[in-house]
Amino acid sequence: MNQSNASSSGSRNLFDTVWDQHTVGQLAAGQTQLFIGQHLVHEVTSPQAFEMLRDRGLGVMCPERTLATVDHIIPTDDQARPFADGLAEEMMSAIERNCVEFGIELLGLDDPRQGIVHVVGPELGLTQPGITLVCGDSHTSTHGAFGAIALGIGTSQVAQVLATQTLAMNRPRVRRIEVTGSLADGVFAKDVILAIIRQLGVQGGVGFAYEYAGNVFDEMDMEERMTVCNMSIEGGARCGYVNPDSRTVEFLRGLPAVPEGEEFERAAAWWLSLASGPDATFDDHVTIDGTAIEPTVTWGINPGQSVGVGESIPAAGDYPVEDQAGVLEALEFMGLESGQPIQGQPIDVAFIGSCTNSRLSDLREAAAVASGRRVADGVRALVVPGSQQVSEQAEAEGLDRVFSDAGFQWRAAGCSMCLAMNPDKLQGREMCASSSNRNFKGRQGSPTGRTLLMSPAMVAAAAIKGHVTDVRELAEAAG
Amino acid sequence: MSDSQVTSVCGTAIPLLLDDIDTDRIIPARFLRCVTFDGLGEHAFEDDRQQDTGHPFNQDRFAGAEVLVAGRNFGCGSSREHAPQALMRWGVQAIVAESYAEIFFGNCTALGIPAVTLKRDRLEELAASIEADPSIEITVDLEAGSVGWGDGTATADLPESARTALTSGEWDFLSQLLANAEAIRETATKIPYLSGFGGA
Repeated sequence: MNQSNASSSGSRNLFDTVWDQHTVGQLAAGQTQLFIGQHLVHEVTSPQAFEMLRDRGLGVMCPERTLATVDHIIPTDDQARPFADGLAEEMMSAIERNCVEFGIELLGLDDPRQGIVHVVGPELGLTQPGITLVCGDSHTSTHGAFGAIALGIGTSQVAQVLATQTLAMNRPRVRRIEVTGSLADGVFAKDVILAIIRQLGVQGGVGFAYEYAGNVFDEMDMEERMTVCNMSIEGGARCGYVNPDSRTVEFLRGLPAVPEGEEFERAAAWWLSLASGPDATFDDHVTIDGTAIEPTVTWGINPGQSVGVGESIPAAGDYPVEDQAGVLEALEFMGLESGQPIQGQPIDVAFIGSCTNSRLSDLREAAAVASGRRVADGVRALVVPGSQQVSEQAEAEGLDRVFSDAGFQWRAAGCSMCLAMNPDKLQGREMCASSSNRNFKGRQGSPTGRTLLMSPAMVAAAAIKGHVTDVRELAEAAG
Repeated sequence: MSDSQVTSVCGTAIPLLLDDIDTDRIIPARFLRCVTFDGLGEHAFEDDRQQDTGHPFNQDRFAGAEVLVAGRNFGCGSSREHAPQALMRWGVQAIVAESYAEIFFGNCTALGIPAVTLKRDRLEELAASIEADPSIEITVDLEAGSVGWGDGTATADLPESARTALTSGEWDFLSQLLANAEAIRETATKIPYLSGFGGA
C-alpha cells in the first residue's frame, strides 16, 4: 500500500521528494516541466490567461483540479450586482463567463465557500501535503503550511497551467530556517515571519524555497503556519513550507476535498512519509532564537524594515551603506524620525484581514484584545474575515458582536484594504495599523497612505489606544 | 503571438537606480481592474511620477528609452504580470539591474524581455553615463553576455535557461509544454494522490 519512495525519509528533504515526483521532464532550455496538482484561480490575474487560451483554441486540461473564486475586487459592504465600480463588475462578469466556458467551478459571492483564495483552499481540504499548487498570486506560498510546494505565478503561466496542468520552472535551492524555543506570550506567527524577514532581508530568499522547522513551528497550529508561509515571498522566497505532522493530518481529517476512511489512512501515511528526514540535507541553514522574538512592527516601506515594539526607529547609519538610501526614502515617505519609539506612533486606520491574518484564530486573538473596550476616537477600524466560512464561524462565536460593540466595522469576506482594489482604501496620508503583508508605498489604496504591519492582536491594541501599543500591556490590564 | 529570437536589444536607456522597487509601484493595484493588458503603459510608475516631478519616467530626455536600468531586487512583491506588461507597453524592451525578484524575472522572460544583471559598480557607471548623455546607445547582448555603452562594456549575467530560451526564440513555454502531453499523463499516473494514495 505504501507507494512512498524509501529515499523520501532519511537524507532527502520534502521539497526534493515532491519536486522529483512531479517532474515531467526537462525543457530544451533547461527548465523542469512540473506537474501541478491543484490550480487556484481568481479574477485579477486570470482574464488575460483565458484570452490566451481562446487565441490558441485551447481548453483546460484538468478542470477538476482547478477551482476559481473571487476576492480581490469585491466590495465588503454593499455587494449588490452590478457593483458600483463598473470595472470591478466587468472583471466579475469576465470570471463568471470564463468559468462557464472552460468548465471550471467558481465559488462566487452567492456560494458560502467564497473567500480569499488562500483561505478557501485550505478550508476545503484542497491544500494537502505532497501536492504542487499554483495560483496567479504571490501569496500562494501560504499553502506550503501543509507541506505542499506552493508557488505564485504570472498570468502567462496561469495560461500554461490551465492548458497543460504543468509549469516550466527552475529548481530552487532549499534553505532550512529553524526557529528554536517557544514564543513568549503576546508573540504570534506574524511576529515570527517579520523577524525572519528582518534578519534575512526582503531579497534574502530569492532562488530559495524555505523550509520552516524547529520547536516554534512544531508548536504552531495550521493557521499560524499559514501566516508564516504566506509571507515567504516578502522575504524573496517564492515558496516556503512546514513538514507535515500529526497536526496537519488532524486538520485535514473530515474536510470536503479530503478522502475518508481507509483512503484517508493511506493518505495520512503518505503525507507523514514526505517530511524531511533527520539526516536531510539543505543548501543553507539558518537558526533563529524564537524566545527572543518580540511583537514586531514595520516602520518603513518594505516588510524587512521593522523593529520590536520596544525599540526605536533606526537611523540610516544603523544599516550597511548600500541600504542607506532606501532607509532614508522610507523615513521620508513614512514621516517618521530616527530614534522615535515605534510605540506611541498615532494611527488613523486599523485593518484586520488579508490572506496573512484573517482566519478564525486571528479574529479570536484580536477580539480578545477588543473585548469590552472601545476603538479610540478618530480611528477607523475594519475587520474583514478571510472567507464566508470564517465569517460564519466567527459570528457563531459572537466575535462579530465583540468587534461591533468595540466600534470596529464587521465586513464581508475579501482581500479588502490589503491591496485596496475594492472601495476599502486609505485616504491621503492616513497611517494604518494593518494585519496584512505589504507596507509598500501606496499599497493600501492611497498613493501617499502609510502602513504599519503587525499581528492582528497588535492591530486591535493600536485601534483601542489610537497609537502603536505593546499588546502585552493590554493583556495584563485585562487579566 | 509568435515566438521570436531575442539575441540583443539596442537603444537608449532610462536610469532608475533604486532598490526594492515593488510591482505595486511599477503598476498600482487600481490599474489592475481590467480584463486585458491594453493601456497599462501610460500608467507605469503612476504614483511615483505624481509624487516626484523629477522621476525619470517624467523626464522628456528619457522618452523613447528601450532599456530600463534598475537597482537591487527589482520587481519584488506581487506576481502581477501587469508590471512587466506596463513596462513593455511603455517601451521597455530589456532591463539591466543588480538583481530581480523571482516571479517578476519569470514574467519578463515569458514576455520575451531579457532581464540581465550587472555588478553594482558597473551599474552605477552605466546609470551615470546615461544621466550625462541620455542619447547614448546601450547594447544588451545576450549571446556575448554583455552590456555595452559608449566606451564601456560590462559582463551581464542571465541564468542559462533564460538565455537559451530567449536566444533560441523558445521563451513562449506554452507550446513546449503542450508538446509533452503524453509525458504529462504518464507522470500523473505515478503521483499517489491522483491514484487513491496507493489503494486498490
